[in-house]
Amino acid sequence: MSIETAQPVPTGVLGWFDKRFPIVRVWNEHLAEYYAPKNMGFWSFFGSLALVVLVIQLVTGIWLAMSYKPSAAEAFASVEYIMRDVNWGWLIRYMHSTGASFFFIMVYLHMFRGLMWGSYKKPRELLWIIGVILYLAMMATAFFGYLLPWGQMSYWGAQVIVNLFAAVPGVGEDLSVWVRGDYVISDTTLNRFFAFHFLLPFVLAALVFLHIVALHRVGSTNPDGIEIKENKDEKGIPKDGIPFHPYYTVKDLVGVIVFFAIFSLVVFYAPDFGGLFLEAPNFQPADPLKTPEHIAPVWYFTPFYAMLRAVPPIAGSQFPGVVVMFAAIAILFLLPWLDRSPVRSIRYKGILSKVFLGAFVVSFVVLAYLGLMPSSDLYTLLAQIFTVVYFAYFLLMPIYTKLEKTKPVPERVTL
Amino acid sequence: MRRYILAFALLLTAPLAAFGAGGHGPELQEADIDLKDQASLQRGAKYFVNYCMGCHSLKYMRYNRMAQDLGIPDDELRRSLILGDAKPGDVMTNSLRPEDGVKWFGTEIPDLTLVTRWRSPDWVYSYLKAYYLDDSRPYGVNNLVFPDVGMPHPFVHLQGLQQPVFAEGHLAEGEAGHVIGVELVEPGQLTPEEYDTMVLDLTNFLTYVGEPYKLERRSLGLYVLLFLGLMFILAYFLKKEYWRDIH
Repeated sequence: MSIETAQPVPTGVLGWFDKRFPIVRVWNEHLAEYYAPKNMGFWSFFGSLALVVLVIQLVTGIWLAMSYKPSAAEAFASVEYIMRDVNWGWLIRYMHSTGASFFFIMVYLHMFRGLMWGSYKKPRELLWIIGVILYLAMMATAFFGYLLPWGQMSYWGAQVIVNLFAAVPGVGEDLSVWVRGDYVISDTTLNRFFAFHFLLPFVLAALVFLHIVALHRVGSTNPDGIEIKENKDEKGIPKDGIPFHPYYTVKDLVGVIVFFAIFSLVVFYAPDFGGLFLEAPNFQPADPLKTPEHIAPVWYFTPFYAMLRAVPPIAGSQFPGVVVMFAAIAILFLLPWLDRSPVRSIRYKGILSKVFLGAFVVSFVVLAYLGLMPSSDLYTLLAQIFTVVYFAYFLLMPIYTKLEKTKPVPERVTL
Repeated sequence: MRRYILAFALLLTAPLAAFGAGGHGPELQEADIDLKDQASLQRGAKYFVNYCMGCHSLKYMRYNRMAQDLGIPDDELRRSLILGDAKPGDVMTNSLRPEDGVKWFGTEIPDLTLVTRWRSPDWVYSYLKAYYLDDSRPYGVNNLVFPDVGMPHPFVHLQGLQQPVFAEGHLAEGEAGHVIGVELVEPGQLTPEEYDTMVLDLTNFLTYVGEPYKLERRSLGLYVLLFLGLMFILAYFLKKEYWRDIH
């Protein structure tokens, strides 16, 4: 390929720009001469798909903001106005509401891929940490955004979550009032949540940029967990690497089209998704005097909500539950140092790693389900058991990754 | 590869299967909704304007949008559906003050634009068929689907009177049994079949009002999917062509 000869100096319009901005260098470093392992396969789709959903959310979000009114008196009606009176408003709004759920689906699959391939291990610790920060920023954005339609679930969901801050010993009450800007969720809260919901996507975009910069420094990993940079040919090109463009751009294009087909099935045929993506009580305007029978956050938060409810209060304080819930996310930051296995990928790890990863996925799905349901004695017990399983995956990792017998890792990637 | 796709499919469907297991409350009757049945929707609109709109508004629904979607000519709309001095471009509100609703019925009278979305069409259909005689309530009726509802039976002259059917079993002296169903004791102006059709028309109309763009959404979806299908074929072979030399 073009690497064999010295880079030709661009001329004409491209040359004019290239003298003033390193277009050619950026293009080459990050696309045409960024070498990715040739064996990445199915699970590598979800990173680029998460980026696609981010773009969908940014674009539809701007258009929604053109007609949305962030005030307690007008918000609900303005959403219905968008749905009924704005040209294609229903499509824009359903894309945005469906996009929120799909963003989490893509990111959860992307993170699961990371766990399988050991993508967090040295030298990708920082890449992983930026990713976890991205996930946190995403959750914050989703939380702020969910209040905006000003339906019953928006209102009471936000009430429950903001009340978590009130559980902090000592300063809790003041803290929750500071977050809300009022003693209850009110017009002020809605207005500031809108401001944050508009701001955070820019932070997300910046973090995505950093995530990709870090990725291109250390290189993509693969299902074999082999460093392709350790095996280069005489020209300095990894033997198992292929240029991202055109190979992975054409491949991801297929993924993007399949993604849009599934996305369209939901947007056009099941935008409520059986009450999971758009909750039925949210078609009722917020009423501060009428608490719904059953308050549940949207599905992508429910694993953590289930953990919150699973922890019994100590001395009447919900604080331990709040700590456990935040610890469930914070522990992701430590993952690169918890894994003591000499091999990277689950493919060559022992049976214990496989069992624990499997149990972790089951616990996440079961907790998500339990968080959607009204609590009962049986469900609380189940939530406690699976909270322990969730944490066991992380906390026992230094032990089971050391104990188990790993398989030999091949020299070169396998297809 | 196949293993991974299977794992992926399982991951996606597991929470859904789990979610389907929930649900409580009285069993609802299924409303046979057909948004393409314009005659039914037109009848439903007529019933709504005549019987419901005195108290319940449709404050996000415009008259002319409704007329256009339901195939109602403009003069017909002005003559028989717009009551008072509203204009075709107006939303379907009434002149009832919210505080009067609270005074008369003990609660604010809900707007019904989205009722089929936060309840469900089945709920509305079942609710309108579930009124029964109950002397303990201010209007002499109660409802199996919505216990202790504030609203009197709006169609009592059409449906007739229903009495509760109690669960069998041993009850203590003076204890009321658990109501499990209703039965007609005094027929109204309509036969039960005619009443069912009327209630279904009304439910059909309210389902339309809850999402007026639903038919448009579904038909557009088909074109989008066909386009994506075509794009998929092109992209798939493009990818195959590029990757032919990767071993």
